[in-house]
Formats: sequence, C-alpha cells, structure tokens
Amino acid sequence: MRSTAFTEGSGSEMIAGNSAWSKKHLLGMEGLTREEIGVILETASSLREVNHRDIKKVPTLRGKTVINLFFENSTRTRTSFELAGKRMSADVINFSVNASSVSKGESLYDTVANLKAMNPDVVVIRHPESGAPQFLAHHLDAAIVNAGDGRHEHPTQSLLDILTIDDNLLRLGRTEFSGLTVAICGDVLHSRVARSNAWGLATMGARVRFVGPPTLIPPHAAEVFGVEVHHDMESGLAGAEVVMMLRLQTERMQGGFLPSTREYFHYWGLDRRRLAMAAPEAIVMHPGPMNRGVEIASDVADDPERAVILDQVANGLAVRMAVLYRLCGGGRKG
Amino acid sequence: MSLPREEILLGSDQTPGIIADMAVRLANDITRPDKRVVVGIRRGGAQLAYLLRQQLTPLLDRELPLGFLDITFYRDDLDTIGPNPVVGGTDLAMNIDDKRIILVDDVLFTGRTIRAALNALFDYGRPEIVDLAVLVDRGHRQLPIQPDYAGVVIETGEREFIKVREGEGGALTVVRRFL
Repeated sequence: MRSTAFTEGSGSEMIAGNSAWSKKHLLGMEGLTREEIGVILETASSLREVNHRDIKKVPTLRGKTVINLFFENSTRTRTSFELAGKRMSADVINFSVNASSVSKGESLYDTVANLKAMNPDVVVIRHPESGAPQFLAHHLDAAIVNAGDGRHEHPTQSLLDILTIDDNLLRLGRTEFSGLTVAICGDVLHSRVARSNAWGLATMGARVRFVGPPTLIPPHAAEVFGVEVHHDMESGLAGAEVVMMLRLQTERMQGGFLPSTREYFHYWGLDRRRLAMAAPEAIVMHPGPMNRGVEIASDVADDPERAVILDQVANGLAVRMAVLYRLCGGGRKG
Repeated sequence: MSLPREEILLGSDQTPGIIADMAVRLANDITRPDKRVVVGIRRGGAQLAYLLRQQLTPLLDRELPLGFLDITFYRDDLDTIGPNPVVGGTDLAMNIDDKRIILVDDVLFTGRTIRAALNALFDYGRPEIVDLAVLVDRGHRQLPIQPDYAGVVIETGEREFIKVREGEGGALTVVRRFL
C-alpha cells in the first residue's frame, strides 16, 4: 500500500506539514506546486485505508454539501465523486443538467444562480466548454472542483495518475519522479487528461512525451507543454517506464482525423509487441473508458503484471476524498 | 526574531521512570493480558505507546499487540484548524472486537482528541474495555473524559503550550512554551 515519494515515513509528513494547501479551488494542474500535489497525495494515501474497512465512512465532512454538476455524461467520474463525498459524510447532490434544460435556453449563469440559492460548500463541475469551472469560481462562494472541462483540464484524473505512478516507483527502480519517462499516447488533441498530466508530471520532474499522429497532437505542444513529441510508437515508447494510453474520442471528431479505427490500432494501438519496446517493467495506464482493440489490446489491458488500470480507479476515489477534504477544511468558508 | 521561551518540565532522564511506574500500575490491573492491545494516538501518543508496551513486556511476560490511530478525519474543528493538518495514517492491523484497549496519548488537555479517538476506534470494531493512559494530565477539560493512568498531573494555564518531544534514543521530554 505505502510507497515512496509521498507516502513513506516522517520525511513525507514534513512535506505536507510545512507547506500550505492554499488554493480555494481545484481548477487545474497548471499552477499547482509540487508541495500542493504532495499534500493531496499524502492525504489520499492515508484515506485509502477507509475504503478497506467494514465501516467505509469517516465523519469528517458532516454537514457539508457537495453538488455534482455534470453537463456531460460521465458515470464513472460522477460516481467516484459521489462515493468520495459520501465516505467523508458530506451530503452529495447530483445536479444533472441534461441537454433539455440547456436546450430550453438556460445559460450557465442561470444554473449558477440556482446553485447559489442552495449554498453548497463544494461544486464539482464537468462541462464540455473549457473554462466553465473558472466561470463558476468567479460567481459562487463555494469551492469549485474541475471534473473535466472541454479539452482543458481534468485535475483529479492527473492526481490519481500521479498517485498510481508513485505506488509503482519502486518496481520501476526509482524513488522519485525526477527523470521518469512517461509516454502519453494516442488522441492527445482531444484529451484534457493528457494536458493535466503534462502539467502535473512536469511539476513532479518527470519527462513527458506526447506520442500520436500529427492530426491528434496539439500544435506547438513541445513549446507549450515542454514535452517531447513523437509521431511514431517505436520511438515514442522506447525506454518509456509509464505508458499512458488515451481513449480515442471519436465523438469529438468531425472530419478527417484518421482513416479508420482498424488502421488506428495498426499504427497506434498498444499490443504486446509494442509494449516490449518500452522499459522492461513499464506499467500501462488508461483513464477509461477503454476502446479495446482501438487504442489498446485486450491482453495488455488485462495483464495483471503490467496494467494498473483498476488501481487507477481505486486511487481515484481516495484522491477525490482528499480533494474534498482539503477544499472544505482549514478555516475556509464553513 | 525572538524565539518562544521554553521551560523543561520533565527531562529525558525523568520520563523513563514515570513511564515505568505507569507500566507497573497498568500491569497490576491487567487480568486478561491475552485480550490487551496498546493503541497510540498519532502523532504524540505513538512513541509513548511504544515505550509503554516495551515496559509492559517483561511485567506481563508477553508482548502486547501495538496499533496506531490517526484521528485527523474525526476532529470536530475542521473549519478552524490550520490549513494543513498532517495526516499520519491509521495502522491497527488487528480486529479490535472484544479487545481490552489501552489508549495512549502524550498530553490530556480538553479531551477532544480522546473523544475523536473513541469515535474512530468504534468505527473499527467494538472493544470490550478502553482504558486511557497519558503521560501528562494538564487539566482544563471541556468534556467528561478522565485518564485511568496519568504519568504526572501538571498545573497549567489554559493558554500555555505543553509539548512532549522525542529526543535521541526515543526518550521523551515535556516542555512548557510561552508564546
């Protein structure tokens, strides 16, 4: 359970104890310090234990109200936040803004006005437009958690990915993130997970690669994100210790990004042969939901020795509990 | 810059004797050593729990199980504590149902930590007995909680800061700090 950079011994307690988590909101990984990431990971690592008890609940956030405001369908992320809130004893409300009320002409501002009247402590928002969480942060007193906005960011996914990598550092022969090579592969263009991880992992000191066809890599990625860009899997995977596959987001694609999903798998899918090009003990990650046979082969996705995809899900719950705790606590608005 | 003034109340040469006395009193009262478990409250009670267990081992002719309880998520002052409480992690590694627990903390003050610790403990199981052992009882209780075993009772002002420090070799020192 316990691992290295954050979760071991008194040294890590020093990190969390001496540095302040000072953010009111969690809008993105861009701008988070290494110490702030450390505070969340250490809290998450200690909250994991709650999820293995008979009584999977702590009274920490009694009386706090968390609203899940989802403008996009996402059963996993919403469920993860909902369960996180409930295990911390918060009252969790799912405020699903379906297409109908938006199509009836309700603006985000009107939704905000409605929320204001409910006086929540935390609002978790997922929205198809980049910047929607920022908008909420300007207009509400509540702490805002970005659960994915457009192509912009998905910070809790990045935090759970960093926690999962941290759990596996020892088997990768490392004690810290510095110098660790992480290959983020596939549909980077449409991926907020890739963007959040590019910021977060860079802050941690890892070397990040974007690997994918030129049509699916954001322009100027090397300059903007400070990553290495590879346009073929062979060079992109060479020596990579963490292979993070991304979902091909065909629903966001209009026009000719790629010829066919079969051809995509042929050139960009992760199968055994390609995984063998990465570092010997390389771990395989995927933010889910997976398109088996499109970006990842089933036998790789299900390989208990290499795939840590279900660990990511478990860590996601703990990370979201930690985020809710840090945003509600510490003398901030009650 | 002026440092806070500090006065040593009990030196690292005095606390081992006090802890040894506590262990003798505990051992005299223990009728079912097979059911006994020592649980230290992080972080202040952890080292004391370790030292107490060490002293109890020859007296009981057995090593009692030792666990640690982190109560951060059970505190009632989430809105007022500093922005970054340190979370140490709970490590009980045993079933506490029907056990007789010696709950250990370094300083007993308002009683709120013990309240939180009891709530935490009962989320893990249903112990038969919980006894409270503290190194220092400094008074000013805000809840109906009293120690079963106190190393020393010290008169303090409500605003004073009483701190137990772990020195070299793990021996404890009790200091009073004036802010």
